[in-house]
Amino acid sequence: MEFAELIKTPRVDNVVLHRPFYPAVEGTLCLTGHHLILSSRQDNTEELWLLHSNIDAIDKRFVGSLGTIIIKCKDFRIIQLDIPGMEECLNIASSIEALSTLDSITLMYPFFYRPMFEVIEDGWHSFLPEQEFELYSAATSEWRLSYVNKEFAVCPSYPPIVIVPKSIDDEALRKVATFRHGGRFPVLSYYHKKNGMVIMRSGQPLTGTNGRRCKEDEKLINATLRAGKRGYVIDTRPLNVAQQARAKGGGFEQEAHYPQWRRIHKSIERYHILQESLIKLVEACNEQTHNMDRWLSKLEASNWLTHIKEILTAACLAAQCIDREGASILIHGTEGIDSTLQVTSLAQIILEPRSRTIRGFEALIEREWLQAGHPFQQRCAQSAYCASKQKWEAPVFLLFLDCVWQILRQFPCSFEFNERFLIVLFEHAYASQFGTFLGNNESERCKLKLQQKTMSLWSWVNRPSELSKFTNPLFETNNLVIWPSVAPQSLQLWEGVFLRWNRTSKYLDEAYEEMVNIIEYNKELQAKVNILRRQLAELETEDGTPDSP
Amino acid sequence: MEHIRTPKVENVRLVDRVSPKKAALGTLYLTATHVIFVENTPDTRKETWILHSQISTIEKQATTATGCPLLIRCKNFQIIQLIIPQERDCHDVYISLIRLARPVKYEELYCFSFNPMLDKEEREQGWMLIDLGEEYQRMGLPNSYWQLSDVNRDYRVCDSYPTELYVPKSATAHIIVGSSKFRSRRRFPALSYYYKENHASICRSSQPLSGFSARCLEDEQMLQAIRKANPGSDFIYVVDTRPKLNAMANRAAGKGYENEDNYSNIKFQFIGIENIHVMRNSLQKMLEVCELKSPSMSDFLWGLENSGWLKHIKAIMDAGIFIAKAVSEEGASVLVHCSDGWDRTAQVCSVASLLLDPHYRTLRGFMVLIEKDWISFGHKFNHRYGNLDGDPKEISPVIDQFIECIWQLMEQFPCAFEFNERFLIHIQHHIYSCQFGNFLCNSQKERRGLKIQERTYSLWAHLWKNRADYLNPLFRADHSQTQGSLLLPTTPCNFMYKFWSGMYNRFEKGMQPRQSVTDYLMAVKEETQQLEEELEALEERLEKIQKVQLNHTTVKSKQSEPSRHSGFSTSDNSTANTPQDYSGNMKSFPSRSPSQGDEDSALILTQDNLKSSDPDLSANSDQESGVEDLSCRSPSGGEHAPSEDSSKDRDSDEAVFLTA
Repeated sequence: MEFAELIKTPRVDNVVLHRPFYPAVEGTLCLTGHHLILSSRQDNTEELWLLHSNIDAIDKRFVGSLGTIIIKCKDFRIIQLDIPGMEECLNIASSIEALSTLDSITLMYPFFYRPMFEVIEDGWHSFLPEQEFELYSAATSEWRLSYVNKEFAVCPSYPPIVIVPKSIDDEALRKVATFRHGGRFPVLSYYHKKNGMVIMRSGQPLTGTNGRRCKEDEKLINATLRAGKRGYVIDTRPLNVAQQARAKGGGFEQEAHYPQWRRIHKSIERYHILQESLIKLVEACNEQTHNMDRWLSKLEASNWLTHIKEILTAACLAAQCIDREGASILIHGTEGIDSTLQVTSLAQIILEPRSRTIRGFEALIEREWLQAGHPFQQRCAQSAYCASKQKWEAPVFLLFLDCVWQILRQFPCSFEFNERFLIVLFEHAYASQFGTFLGNNESERCKLKLQQKTMSLWSWVNRPSELSKFTNPLFETNNLVIWPSVAPQSLQLWEGVFLRWNRTSKYLDEAYEEMVNIIEYNKELQAKVNILRRQLAELETEDGTPDSP
Repeated sequence: MEHIRTPKVENVRLVDRVSPKKAALGTLYLTATHVIFVENTPDTRKETWILHSQISTIEKQATTATGCPLLIRCKNFQIIQLIIPQERDCHDVYISLIRLARPVKYEELYCFSFNPMLDKEEREQGWMLIDLGEEYQRMGLPNSYWQLSDVNRDYRVCDSYPTELYVPKSATAHIIVGSSKFRSRRRFPALSYYYKENHASICRSSQPLSGFSARCLEDEQMLQAIRKANPGSDFIYVVDTRPKLNAMANRAAGKGYENEDNYSNIKFQFIGIENIHVMRNSLQKMLEVCELKSPSMSDFLWGLENSGWLKHIKAIMDAGIFIAKAVSEEGASVLVHCSDGWDRTAQVCSVASLLLDPHYRTLRGFMVLIEKDWISFGHKFNHRYGNLDGDPKEISPVIDQFIECIWQLMEQFPCAFEFNERFLIHIQHHIYSCQFGNFLCNSQKERRGLKIQERTYSLWAHLWKNRADYLNPLFRADHSQTQGSLLLPTTPCNFMYKFWSGMYNRFEKGMQPRQSVTDYLMAVKEETQQLEEELEALEERLEKIQKVQLNHTTVKSKQSEPSRHSGFSTSDNSTANTPQDYSGNMKSFPSRSPSQGDEDSALILTQDNLKSSDPDLSANSDQESGVEDLSCRSPSGGEHAPSEDSSKDRDSDEAVFLTA
């Protein structure tokens, strides 16, 4: 298919662009296969460069022959284009609609994007599972890499390489896979070096109504326990939901069959409930109401912060089991690809200082989201303005990023990255020139040959010029476990994402700049003083007789 | 002390607010000024001091097997729960505190016994730090339009006004006195703020006694005089800060509001801010939300909305913004009043002044602002904040709301203020503490009668002395945010008003961010200053040496010195990192493990955000009352990042104090 077929009117003059907090701009609108571009003719400076894949929904209306297209983006921005001429407007609108909802992944921009920067480090090879495992293998020999899923035959949503207990062979893993939802047998998610406790994750056990059991499964997870120790299974579903799952062949670990494990049920929402929450929240943020009370009730009614609190609480509980109780844990919900990953990754943010660094956080996303098989393609297909409510669309990853932001706000000096980094990850998860978030799992990414055909987000992000934008100037290594507060008073709306287009950030940006200046100036002086001290010391040594102060 | 029935009770338990199963065992002391709880733990002997004047309510709860619980709620939002073994002791403590918390005469208040060991001269200088005469000069007064009037000499016209007031030059004594007779409590229109850029002014008064039809020629002349004092505008705004319904109801009582037909060239405007009773109830409701034990997000947001608190904050801000815009953008003078003109009027005039004039956003300027619009203009501190036993219906968080408005602005304009959040919190604390004389009484007249300045100390001098603790590191005098008026967005953005947990939950340390950006940056700036000095000294020395040994060329390599940069850790390395109770009511979570014991302790043990420069501000203090304040500060001063204070445990603090 040629994009040209979809673009009936590639270019319209005298289009007026309206954006909040900017003066209206008149210019020429151009449509390309992947972008909507508006530039004002006067000075030819670029005014708008929007990926079609960032467009969530469009509205059009007409007053006489003047058409207006309102574009609602997946990053929650709303812009308005006034287009003279009804035909032009209709053509543009239908092109945008077609181009922003392309069916085939291989037609997406990452397959056409050619980077304008030199690749210093290929991000596709930055976080190989073997390297990540090496970090653990120095501390423990109880675990091994398994290639049982090399052909994605045992578990289609797992990566080819997983970490499992050393004492369990691949044959047993195959058996366990048949007992777990989607073949997701328990694998290692995190090893706590301080006390050797681990986080494992999996899909739900397929016990069904007749209480089916699997010896290999029991053996596998028991193999992770130290002698005489007990572990916890954290089921991210409430008990009644877990019980209902049995009717559909799912279920949970019966205490009778797993006597060394204690089960804790948490309730983290999933699917359309989250998507609806996002829709309500963004709607509330966009509404310029005159009434304070309505804002608070709409914020409350969206339940977004309730979800944040639930997810964070479960993650804290998991971290507490590991660090305070000295107990290993297994985490799963139903499929083990949504709430499970929220909990395992946030628990690591709390427990593991490395995951609070830029590279460590990238590695975390690579391990716990991309390789762990979070279906980005499905979950991030649409955002807050979507009309077609599909069951598989849900802001699971955005909720995770929001939770990280909440912890960052409570520990502003303990993260190497800043809020901007989190926002960029959010943007790229929904629309990107990079291939990183394409596909739903490693198997799909492999088939798409993303590594050969697209650029990795990490290749771009990890360039020194970009990194400096994402580095938190307040960062100081904090090797401790950080325990966030989950009290409602401590949780806030993430303004940087949700109010980004509804309020000017000028004063906050200035404050950030000032903060950077204060710290940069200090470092500069530090360097100068060190040089002078050295010079002085050299001179004084030569002299043999350092003069008295 | 005749009111203390029992000065000491042993084996009292101080209950941890967050995990009630945990309680510290210790001894309770009642002194003339404080309730003191000393923990038995021999190595820490942690102390908790509560000023009697901070006590808001005392509640004796039903006796249980462990003893008789006593719940003390403080005006600075601290909540203390004690369990006293014997019912009789509890009753004695209860009766004593009821009396001690409700003094009947000013002489019983703490400021009359508080002695920070300053000599007479220092005390007098302290009182001279903030000088309203200077402030009016700074505004550019007197000038050809405004003059200082002595009409209220000896409080002859209005006993709740100060003696020195600025009025339009054309307003004769006859006009002023005439106008005062037409205004509630004779609070005639007087100048609050003069905007010298365009001659527009903010004036304030009480409501006119207009009833349904009454007029007063002098009052009309007075408003005309205010208009004429601003040659740039041919009208003035009259802003009634009450809801229209309230103002109309007042007419039936012979009071009311200005009739546009009777006054020439006025634009009359209602801005609905609710009265003190609504505000008191609103705060009460919000505090109930803050007190909820592990509330859900919905409980909290719903309760916050239901309290209406943020709606009221926004109403006050909206009024301030309206006036600031009228003055700066339209160049029109504004007369502001409510009923008596000492609550809402004070809030609105001071918010508007602060939006207009960057001086009020500095440390000293903010003190001046409170001195001007609150203290001198007769805001009834004693009645509103219940310093002496009085009518509970008079109590209302009027200045608390003003302080919160400033915090909301600080959140939106982080570089615009010279002071930080801590400054606001400490001022709020001292409005209730009665440790300093500034906020005593209901009027200047009363304060002079009591000879406050000769018998007590000034808070402003105390804050000024410790100003290093109150600086905002992001403030720079030449920054664009510190110039001119603060431009607020024209569209109403409700989401800009947020719950202030740093104030209302400030004793729940675990709820606050565990690392303070302010403290971190202040430590960096302090180090920067030392580096600048060192750099200068090094350059000098280098120059000297180079002169001496010009011809030496051989250079031996030497390892660079390790950086002095020792880190500015702002987090408490041990105690801040304690998990809270995340398991909620989970039955399945066992409670057998020994480590379970500390999991709940986070909220008490975590870093003490407040510096210990104020004994009563840090909830636990090792100080004896009246001892030199400074001794409690870390004597290490420049050597340590100030933030390290916050991470000190009681142990080291005590040691510091003892050796100081």
